[in-house]
Amino acid sequence: MRLLSLEVFYVVAGILLLGVALGLALDRTQPKRFGSALFWGVLAITFMAGKALPPVVTGYLALALVLLAATNRLGGPTESEASPPERAAAAERLKNWIFVPALLIPATAVLGTLVLSKLHVGDVWLFSPVNVPVVSICLGAVVAVAAGLLLTRAPARTPVQEGGRLLQTVGWAVILPQFLAALGGIFAQAGVGAVVADLVARLFPMQFPFVAVLAYCAGMALFTICMGNAFAAFPVITLGVGLPFVVQAHHGNVAIMAAIGMLSGYCGTLVTPMAANFNLVPAMLLELKDKNAVIKAQAPVALGVWTFNVLLMYLCVYRF
Amino acid sequence: MIKLVGIAIVALGFGLRINTLLVVVAAGIATGLAAGMSFNEIMAAFGTYFVENRYLTLTVVLMLPVVGLLERHGLRERAETLIRRSRAATAGRVLVVYTAVRQISIALGINIGGQAAMTRPLVAPMAEGAAHARAGSLPAKTTETIRAHAAAAENVGNFFGEDTVFAVGAVLLIQGTLHAEGHEVSLWLLSWWGIPTAFAAFGLWLWRARALDRRIKREVAAGEEPHA
Repeated sequence: MRLLSLEVFYVVAGILLLGVALGLALDRTQPKRFGSALFWGVLAITFMAGKALPPVVTGYLALALVLLAATNRLGGPTESEASPPERAAAAERLKNWIFVPALLIPATAVLGTLVLSKLHVGDVWLFSPVNVPVVSICLGAVVAVAAGLLLTRAPARTPVQEGGRLLQTVGWAVILPQFLAALGGIFAQAGVGAVVADLVARLFPMQFPFVAVLAYCAGMALFTICMGNAFAAFPVITLGVGLPFVVQAHHGNVAIMAAIGMLSGYCGTLVTPMAANFNLVPAMLLELKDKNAVIKAQAPVALGVWTFNVLLMYLCVYRF
Repeated sequence: MIKLVGIAIVALGFGLRINTLLVVVAAGIATGLAAGMSFNEIMAAFGTYFVENRYLTLTVVLMLPVVGLLERHGLRERAETLIRRSRAATAGRVLVVYTAVRQISIALGINIGGQAAMTRPLVAPMAEGAAHARAGSLPAKTTETIRAHAAAAENVGNFFGEDTVFAVGAVLLIQGTLHAEGHEVSLWLLSWWGIPTAFAAFGLWLWRARALDRRIKREVAAGEEPHA
């Protein structure tokens, strides 16, 4: 038996989303209160009952979320945040104690990964073995809220209100990563990768060892840019370009090719809006006007690391 | 070739700035139809993947209440105050230190945060605070640039630490994929070959962080010139 798993935290998040939805439904100052309440309410259902509902039903619920967002039925935050003097007064009162709950998040993550995930009494384990880092960080969030409430003596509704306000700041972009992952899955089911790998293999003169390396690294980066996820690109490009050309035709080292190939895919992740959780959600969280600002800040590093990877792979893969 | 219709729709949709969710769903439906799936099959596939990938949204949603609560009580202001006491701190240096911490901890298999838990409430305000202490008031576009680099510091540290010392997600996926094709490689070897890139990425980030500090100086100086 496992006491803490992702499913537990999906229910916690679902309850929170439901609270936000209810608050919105009752908020007369919110001009789009019903559309907003419906959006967060439906999302709450997919969180709490996602495993129980038939996939086709969840699919249509997800489609409903998209239509609500696309027809502009979601309102922005109406509750104003605390004024600067209020915040400064609180900061003066709490001094550095305010950091304690914030630092409990990484501290719990460390403790969870290294210690708590190994605790068990007989067959009863504290943690599910799947996704320990994510479970640890979720536990950290819950611990931190409790500590924050104790420290600030704020009423229990404050974190729900403030969380809801921030959630509305991010808006529908918060579910974009889930949709992009779904799109990646459908691409994989439809066999898009094989077509791309075939194209790359035909476009480049693969008889040259350097070109094989270049095509593999370029394929990893470009397909990751299309999919938003290097993990989805890796099997496709490695089977379609890497193994047949770098390994079989030119006798390259499999481990070196694969390790550096994956990291070349990450360079693609840094520059694509399809990797919404890394590039677009932060832009919303940080309230940036230019939604591509994070990508622009990362582009020079991505290009530099990718070039380094191509050279490193070429210099090492045929040698070891 | 018809299967690439999804990629074309995504490119076109981003180009025309149509609602991204709508573009993504349209691309999925078009690709599914091109591959001969029925509409209900496509919806079922969307449903399955949507549920499987809830964890991507989970960490953001769960983190926002505590971030909101602490920000209401002056967390960001305090982070700025604290960093201003350090004379050596610049925005770039703050971000370099954070990236190093992130790279090392993720290499040990520990995820200490993410964009919602660390970047918004702590890292971005500290970087802004450091720049503010050095240069005085910052033009709006400079603040934007600093914040964007704070998000980048988190991503660069996260991506290029993961595949090194300890075998986690990505390395296991590589091993599994190669195993299915009849190639046996050790996790240690895969991790080992992730290390050079980790150092290269950190070196490049150091260069970007210095460029950021120079850019802040330049933009603040330009902002202070009297407007004719």
